[in-house]
Amino acid sequence: MRHLLSTRDLTRDQAIEILDTADRMAEVGQQSVKKLPALRGRTVVNLFFEDSTRTRISFESAAKRLSADVINFSAKGSSVSKGESLKDTAQTLMAMDADAVVIRHGTSGAPQRLATAGWIDAAVLNAGDGKHEHPTQALLDAMTLRQHRAALAGEETTGTGLDGMHVVIVGDILHSRVARSNMWLLTTLGARVTFVAPPTLMPVGVEHWPADVVFDLDTALARDPDAVMLLRVQRERMHAAFFPSEAEYARLWGLTPERLAALDAAGATTAIMHPGPMNRGLEISSAAADSPRSTVLRQVSNGVAVRMACLYLLLTGAR
Amino acid sequence: MNTQNVESSGSHPDTGRWLIKGADLLGEKRVDILVVDGVIAAIDAEITDAEVTTVDAAGQIALPGLVDIHTHLREPGREDAETVETGTRAAAKGGYTAVFAMANSNPVADTAGVVEQVWGLGRDSGWTQVQPVGAVTVGLEGKQLSEIGAMAESRAQVRVFSDDGKCVHDPLLMRRALEYVKTFDGVVAQHSQEPRLTEGAQMNEGAVSADLGLTGWPAVAEESIIARDVLLAQHVGSRVHICHLSTKGSVELVRGAKERGIDVTAEATPHHLLLTDELVRTFDPVYKVNPPLRTDDDVQALRAAVADGTIDVVGTDHAPHPTEDKECEWTCAAMGMTGLETALSVVQHTLVDTGAVTWRDVARIMSATPARIGRLEGQGRPLEVGEPANIVLFDPAAETLVDPENHESKGRNSPYRGLTLPGAVRATFFAGHPVVLGGTLMRPHPAAGGR
Ligand SMILES: [Zn+2]
Repeated sequence: MRHLLSTRDLTRDQAIEILDTADRMAEVGQQSVKKLPALRGRTVVNLFFEDSTRTRISFESAAKRLSADVINFSAKGSSVSKGESLKDTAQTLMAMDADAVVIRHGTSGAPQRLATAGWIDAAVLNAGDGKHEHPTQALLDAMTLRQHRAALAGEETTGTGLDGMHVVIVGDILHSRVARSNMWLLTTLGARVTFVAPPTLMPVGVEHWPADVVFDLDTALARDPDAVMLLRVQRERMHAAFFPSEAEYARLWGLTPERLAALDAAGATTAIMHPGPMNRGLEISSAAADSPRSTVLRQVSNGVAVRMACLYLLLTGAR
Repeated sequence: MNTQNVESSGSHPDTGRWLIKGADLLGEKRVDILVVDGVIAAIDAEITDAEVTTVDAAGQIALPGLVDIHTHLREPGREDAETVETGTRAAAKGGYTAVFAMANSNPVADTAGVVEQVWGLGRDSGWTQVQPVGAVTVGLEGKQLSEIGAMAESRAQVRVFSDDGKCVHDPLLMRRALEYVKTFDGVVAQHSQEPRLTEGAQMNEGAVSADLGLTGWPAVAEESIIARDVLLAQHVGSRVHICHLSTKGSVELVRGAKERGIDVTAEATPHHLLLTDELVRTFDPVYKVNPPLRTDDDVQALRAAVADGTIDVVGTDHAPHPTEDKECEWTCAAMGMTGLETALSVVQHTLVDTGAVTWRDVARIMSATPARIGRLEGQGRPLEVGEPANIVLFDPAAETLVDPENHESKGRNSPYRGLTLPGAVRATFFAGHPVVLGGTLMRPHPAAGGR
């Protein structure tokens, strides 16, 4: 693996190797000394063209736990209206001897461009590009799903996929890189994915995807999924006529207290996932966010482990 | 004072006597062609004449000089992207003896002054005839009709009006434009793009845009405008030209309109006859163009439509951009591709070699019909005795490895970089003068700059 640009490109073996490595990295996090010397002397640059303190901090702590030097380069606000700056910025980073560039960008394809345009020779790690992909988010979600099933079954996670699992992903599929990355990865690992959204927030072309599409959340929840993942809904979508009002969205597609109660009444083991940050009261009710089913905080800690695994595998050429 | 274009002003005593030996006339029969002082003096199986310069054209197809109904020369305003000089050199190299220069320059070609400036620059260059297109609306802003009459009556004699790059989306304004240009036997060339349906659009809306998370440019945004405009043209009894038609649905709309007798003509670009949106998966902005590359289904429908005459012409939509406008992320890259120097090869590859059309058809779709749509006299004429000597000699057996670094255009944004395309332009005779010979650019027409 030279770069990590998308989950669509990952084979099942590659994905399981990352997840197994992440499990071992998580164990390091349990120890009193949380640091490994694996990347000592290597430089990781966090190149963030889009604000995301959460993701940047996650990558930063991952790199630091592997003893790498970290440079945070926030390009937000600099003149990026002309794309030349991506090339110039990239070459500036190379002059700093970056071994890996973790890039977050508001437009689809920027990481791939960085990796393939011949501007740099560092490993490129996509930390979210436009509406395209967010591979480490999907990997941390897969890690969480593996743990969820293993805990219920009393088994080990190592070496396993997500075969037979069913994950319902609800919300703004059209604009979501998290939905796309999860769909490719979870299905590669053997899970079944159901997308639930208002038709306005489902892309044209969705019929070509390896996912079931339903518009009614209750229908999807009645199928006893292993997990339901709520996607963050941008409140401003309402103004572009994607849905009439926040109240209507919450009523039809939100994980309301009533829907949570229905899961409980059915005795379902469904986990509740959210990539954060949450809009409480919109796509997820507080009751759901704070319920024992919620894996939100587990997802955050898994995020560090997955990012450690990705940096480690990319920079040590273990593959 | 000579107020006519050099190309349409008849004979030129100083362009000499040329004998084209053994050319394959429209791919149908082997002939010699004698060119004397700008005019085709004789066509015969065997011509012998001692007082000539002989051009060996064995194995080369002789076609009338190509006419591009859709070129962006960028001058005035974006001389960093292209100039009339470099654009017309590219045109000559591609076999074109006339190009229609789109109006989206800076300043916009919306006055007699600007169109005369572009026309004059073309005449000064002497590589190919430059026929300016006038803007339909002031500043391409879609609010107020530009000085259509003044442009029509200017020395540039403008007959094609277009806001290309933007759609004349206001239905009332479009109706008025269609009506008004009838005064001058003009035509409105529409860039069909419903603006609200394409806000922020980056690529064709479909399976690939879903995967890539790029905002879609739906086929319906093109088709809804075409549907409206053919009805408007019918209603007011005017003619309308559809620029760069790109979808299967558009083909069906134009086919239906023609069956109903509506005076509509349609154009396809070479890139829409060959390339698909699958290429966008590379995120290489060289494939970013407007309208966007569509699906293989659309490509096949376009080819069939050229073959059955639903699509009348191939226009390049040659759109050069400086490297920095393409060397960036997809979303901030400029839209457009170069095309003048590769068009004939792409047409051979997609239409001739596939059996969809003959070389005689190529003469129709790339020369005669575009000249007729634009009412351009002296261009697109048949290769017959007494006609202006606008001739391209094309070797269909050659292969060309496309390297934009070798192009005459300033633009390096050719989507065919690295591809091997069939055929090569060997010679371009422009009003009796070989501007290209042996595949090499020679000297401009001796009458260039004769203002
Ligand atoms: Zn256009």
